[in-house]
Amino acid sequence: MSIDQGLVGRELPPTAPYDVSRSAIASFAAAIGADDPVHHDVGAARTAGYDDVVAPLTYPIVVAFAAMNVLLADPEVAVELHNVVHAEQRFEVVRPVRAGDVLTARLRVESLRSTAGTDLIATSSRITTVAGEDVCTAHATLVHRRPGADG
Amino acid sequence: MKPLTAGQVLDTRHYRVSRADLVRYAGASGDFNPIHWSDRVARAVGLPGVVAHGMYTMALASRALTTWVGHAGIVDFSVRFTHPVVVPDNEEGTGVVVAGVVAEVGADGLARVDLTVTCAGTRVLGRARASVVAATGVDG
Repeated sequence: MSIDQGLVGRELPPTAPYDVSRSAIASFAAAIGADDPVHHDVGAARTAGYDDVVAPLTYPIVVAFAAMNVLLADPEVAVELHNVVHAEQRFEVVRPVRAGDVLTARLRVESLRSTAGTDLIATSSRITTVAGEDVCTAHATLVHRRPGADG
Repeated sequence: MKPLTAGQVLDTRHYRVSRADLVRYAGASGDFNPIHWSDRVARAVGLPGVVAHGMYTMALASRALTTWVGHAGIVDFSVRFTHPVVVPDNEEGTGVVVAGVVAEVGADGLARVDLTVTCAGTRVLGRARASVVAATGVDG
């Protein structure tokens, strides 16, 4: 069964506050091979003009992904992650994420298009600090392949 | 640092991707979708085998971008995931190549950087582009 059109415009409650630590930034940077010292060394980050180490550009996906998982697990959506493919991703950046940020994401379902066998779900997740400062908006389009459907 | 100018070709970057990288990325990002670590699940959904997270490929593209223009001036970055990056279960893994060019510099002072991201000669990202404050500049 395709996902209900009533989902369009739905806004999820803000995700649980996510504490961005220096070690989380360093782990993410190491996983993508980013050895730039601004991700790993506070002194280097300060020399470069930042208050603390800054995260790689795509790091906010960690917070947006938490919101997407809540959406996919919603009883009205209820899709399995392994049937989902990421089709498009965009980051509108206000400022880099830095250690010490406490972030939350508010996901909104922007559009939903169902064809034979697939659902195309466009989402936007506005990521702010818990104090309300805008950090970025992550736009993700997901393709859900309905199990058992052809094509 | 010199300001970005239209037509400027940026230094192509070459990266390796192995299964170990995907496991590490799964842990660091929280994306444990089994198509990124289980051949069995990947094949069951019609893939040739384990594929890289789209966000891993996008992250490699972002690495290239930040080596070109730094971190502070990037205001927008977007991609389409058009082709999976299949990562074989061996020591070498596979390679991802990121090329870039400054497509235009607008009157608003923003440069559009177009990225071409390929794996084994096939484009794996579509419409990969970034909007960057042109005055931020580029190394060299």
